[in-house]
Amino acid sequence: MERKTKINAEDDKQELLITREFDLPLELLFKAYEDSEIVAQWMGTKVIKLENKKHGGYQFETSDKEGNVLFSANGTIHEFLPNQRITRTFEMENTPFPVQLEYLEFERLTDTTSKLTMHIVYKSVAFRNQVLQLPFAQGINMAHNRLQEIADRLK
Amino acid sequence: MNLRRDVFQAIADPTRRAILLLVSSQSMTAGAIASNFDTARPTVSKHLQILTECELLKQEQNGREMYYHLNPNKLKEIADFIEPFQKMWDDRFKTLENIMKKYQSKK
Repeated sequence: MERKTKINAEDDKQELLITREFDLPLELLFKAYEDSEIVAQWMGTKVIKLENKKHGGYQFETSDKEGNVLFSANGTIHEFLPNQRITRTFEMENTPFPVQLEYLEFERLTDTTSKLTMHIVYKSVAFRNQVLQLPFAQGINMAHNRLQEIADRLK
Repeated sequence: MNLRRDVFQAIADPTRRAILLLVSSQSMTAGAIASNFDTARPTVSKHLQILTECELLKQEQNGREMYYHLNPNKLKEIADFIEPFQKMWDDRFKTLENIMKKYQSKK
């Protein structure tokens, strides 16, 4: 069954809601966020640090073949409740974008399905819209080709 | 040959996306942009040429220096507000699901 990611961005609000249902048990969905090697695979970035605890932090970095750093990001973890919730900040380094606040809620739907809700709060409506309009600026798409490669290999 | 250069091709390259990100906050000269990369200067020039040809970057003469800045109107063409953002997350989550299904069957 095809599951789709839903983005809810209301006009004039400095927040965003991303929801996705998965054909995965809750524990496996959460593990994809907990295990740094798995995070690296689907985020397509090197995970330099991932401390899954209150007051912990994380750090991502993506480089090209020549070793130029194309994307680096970090954040602080405020809440880490396994199979339930992660509250964290997210900051893209060397960009004009301010820190954003992310609330990730993990929910069990059935034994084999689960749901993720990401609530992201931005500094302003303008910054939220800029992030929406510049998906590649967030660095995520930089890894898109690599993600595709990983996915193809897994098929 | 130049007809092939569309915006999608332009943003398919990670270095070019990094360049767009660099100039999103301020206008920069080719030299200033190149100084952010270890890549050879002519390679960066080539990237700038491609980005300019597809109008993602605009050139502006300021004295003897040529400055590059982002063309937001052109960006709108490829970034129809939410759609690319939605696709980006959808691709990521699809990958996550594939990886974890494989992980599950290995156990």
